[in-house]
Amino acid sequence: MTAPLLQVDKLRKFFPIHGGVLRRVVNNVKAVDDISFEIGAGEVVGLVGESGSGKTTVGRTILRLETATSGAVRFQGADVMAMGTQELRRYRKKMQIIFQDPYASLNPREKVREVLTHPLRLHKIGTPSEQEDRAASLLEKVGLSRDHLDRFPHEFSGGQRQRIGIARALAVEPDFIVADEPVSALDVSIQAQVINLLEDLKNDLDLTMLFIAHDLGVVEHICDRVIVMYLGRVMEIATAADLYARPNHPYTQALLSAVPIPEPGRRRSRIVLKGDIPSPINPPSGCVFRTRCPKATEECAKIVPELRKIGEGHLSACIHTT
Amino acid sequence: MQSEMTPRTDAPLLEVRDLQTTFDLSKTQSVRAVDGVSFEVNAGETLAIVGESGSGKSVTSLSIMGLLPKDIGRITAGSIKLNGREISKLSDVQMREIRGKEIGMIFQEPMTSLNPVHTVGQQIGEMVIRHEGLSKSKARARAIEMLDLVGIPEPRRRVDNYPHEMSGGMRQRAMIAMALACEPRILIADEPTTALDVTIQAQMLELMADLQKKLGMAIVFITHDLGVVAEVADRVVVMYAAQVVETAGVVDIFRNPRMPYTAGLMNSIPRLGSSIEKQRLKAIPGTVPALTSLPSGCRFNPRCAFATDLCRSAIPPLEEAGDGHMIRCARWRELTLNEREAS
Repeated sequence: MTAPLLQVDKLRKFFPIHGGVLRRVVNNVKAVDDISFEIGAGEVVGLVGESGSGKTTVGRTILRLETATSGAVRFQGADVMAMGTQELRRYRKKMQIIFQDPYASLNPREKVREVLTHPLRLHKIGTPSEQEDRAASLLEKVGLSRDHLDRFPHEFSGGQRQRIGIARALAVEPDFIVADEPVSALDVSIQAQVINLLEDLKNDLDLTMLFIAHDLGVVEHICDRVIVMYLGRVMEIATAADLYARPNHPYTQALLSAVPIPEPGRRRSRIVLKGDIPSPINPPSGCVFRTRCPKATEECAKIVPELRKIGEGHLSACIHTT
Repeated sequence: MQSEMTPRTDAPLLEVRDLQTTFDLSKTQSVRAVDGVSFEVNAGETLAIVGESGSGKSVTSLSIMGLLPKDIGRITAGSIKLNGREISKLSDVQMREIRGKEIGMIFQEPMTSLNPVHTVGQQIGEMVIRHEGLSKSKARARAIEMLDLVGIPEPRRRVDNYPHEMSGGMRQRAMIAMALACEPRILIADEPTTALDVTIQAQMLELMADLQKKLGMAIVFITHDLGVVAEVADRVVVMYAAQVVETAGVVDIFRNPRMPYTAGLMNSIPRLGSSIEKQRLKAIPGTVPALTSLPSGCRFNPRCAFATDLCRSAIPPLEEAGDGHMIRCARWRELTLNEREAS
C-alpha cells in the first residue's frame, strides 16, 4: 500500500455530561476511545458495530462535524484537527458524507436542482450553466434523469432520494466519502440497487470510502476491509474475506454467528451473548467486551487489550487469542 | 395453567379469507391496503408474512387485531375466523376481550405497548385481572412468574420497575411477558426484532422459540428480513402491493421460489460469506408501485423480467402448484427460476 489517504491516530471523542447547580462536567460519554486505523486510496473500509459502538461518531469526527477530544486525523498527510476555516473548507471539498435517512437529509423546499448545485455554489465551482449541466450529469450517473431537476424531494421514493443524496455527495468530486448507513432505511429490493450503484461509482470514480453499517452482509459485500467496533473501541480489523472466514475476536465471532442465514434449516452454531451492551458512560474496566464475553477471565478486567497483529493485515484486541 | 378454550384439530386456529382493508386518503380517494388476502395459521405453527414497505403486511395484522386507525381504515370485505369464530365484525368492546387473552401482540417498538406511567408489574397484572379475574396479589405473582419466564433477572425487584428504568432489550422482554401473560393461543409479532441490534435480536429469537416450545402458541411473524424468516417460520406468505403473491413451506419457498418477485427478493440480499466469490447483487429494477397508481394486470409486471402481454392484461389468480404451494403468476407453469443451489 502507498501512503494512506486517511490516518486516524488514537482518536478520542468524549461527550461531557453536565450536572449539579454549577453545571460542571460530572461525567463523559466515551463514544470513541483511543482508536487508530488507516484507509488507503481506492479502498472501501467498513466500520461495523451495534448501537452505542461509536461508529457514527468516528465518521463525524473525521469530517470535523464533531471536534475530537484528543488524537489526530490526517488526510493526505495534513492534520485535519489543526486546520483553520479556509483550509477546512478546501478539505471539506475533498470529503463528503452520505446519510442514512434519505427523508431527513434533503431540504423539502429545495428542488433537486438546488440540492445538487448547492455544493458547487458553495465551493465556487463553475458558472451557473455549468453547474446545471453538472447536476444533470450527476443525476444520470446515479440512475435518474435530467427531467428530475425540477422536482422536489417528496416526489421521489426512498431509493430515489438516496440516489439524490449520493449525487449530492459526488457533486464536488470528492476523494473520500463517509457513507453512514446509506442503505439501512431502504427496502431489500431497493437496497440491492443502491449497493450496486455504490459499487459502480467506486469502480468508475476510484472512490475511497468509509462505509458505516450494522448489516454485516452488506458490509462484507461492499468492503475490502472491515473494522469491528464495540463500545467506543476497535475489537478487530481484517480484510472482509478474512474476517468472515476467520473471525478472531470473541465479539466478532458472536456478532457473525448472530446473523440469521436466509437458508432454512442451516442454522450456524450460534453464540448468544448474555445481557445488554453496557453504557458508554461507565464502560467496563479492562476489555470493554468482557461483561458479555464467553471467554472472559479475571485478567480481562485488568488489562485494556492492545490491537495485536495476528496475521497479514489482521489485527485483534483480545488477550486470549494467539 | 390450562386454557379453557376447546382445542379444535379440524379447523385452523386463524383463518383469513379474501380480506380486504380500505384506507381513506382523502374525502374522495381511498386505497385497498389489503386486497383479497387469504391464509391460515394452525395451532403451534409459525407463519411468516414477508413484504417490503407498502406491501400490506402490517395492515393485515392490524386488521386481525382490530386495531385499524379509526375513521380512515376499515375492513371492507372478507372474513377473519379465530378458532372458528368470525371476529372481523366484532365491536371494539368485544375485540378488547379477545386481544391480550386469545391473541397476544408484540410490536417493533416496545414503548408502543408499554405504558410509561405504570410499572411493568401493574401492566402485566392488569391483563390477568381483566381477562382471568385474578386478585391483585395473584396478578402480581403471575407478573413475577412471567418476567422470570422471559429471562428478566431479579423478577421480584424488576416487577416494580417503570419501563424507562429498563434497558431496551429488557423492555422487549417485558412486552413479550405482557403479551403472553394470559397464554394466548396465537401471538402476532409485527417486526419484533427490526429495531434491535443483531446480538439482542439473537436473544429475542431464541426466547420466542423457547416460549413457543413451552406454551405451544402459534406465531404470526411479520418481517422484511428473510434471514429471520428462514430461522423462525414453518410457512411463509409473501406479499406485494397489498396482495399475496406466493405461499409455501419455508424450505420450499427458499429452495424453489416460483413467483419472480420472491425469487428476486432472495437474490437481492447480500449473504454473509459471499466475499469469497464476490458477485454483483441481482437487484430488482424499479420501485414498489404506489397503491394509488397500480399497474394493470399483475402488480409486479413492470419490474418483472418475464412479463408478457398476458401479464399486463389481467391480475393472475393465486393458484396451487401442489403441496400447499400457492403462486400468483400467469406464467408459473412454464418458468424455471434460477433455483438456489441446495447446498
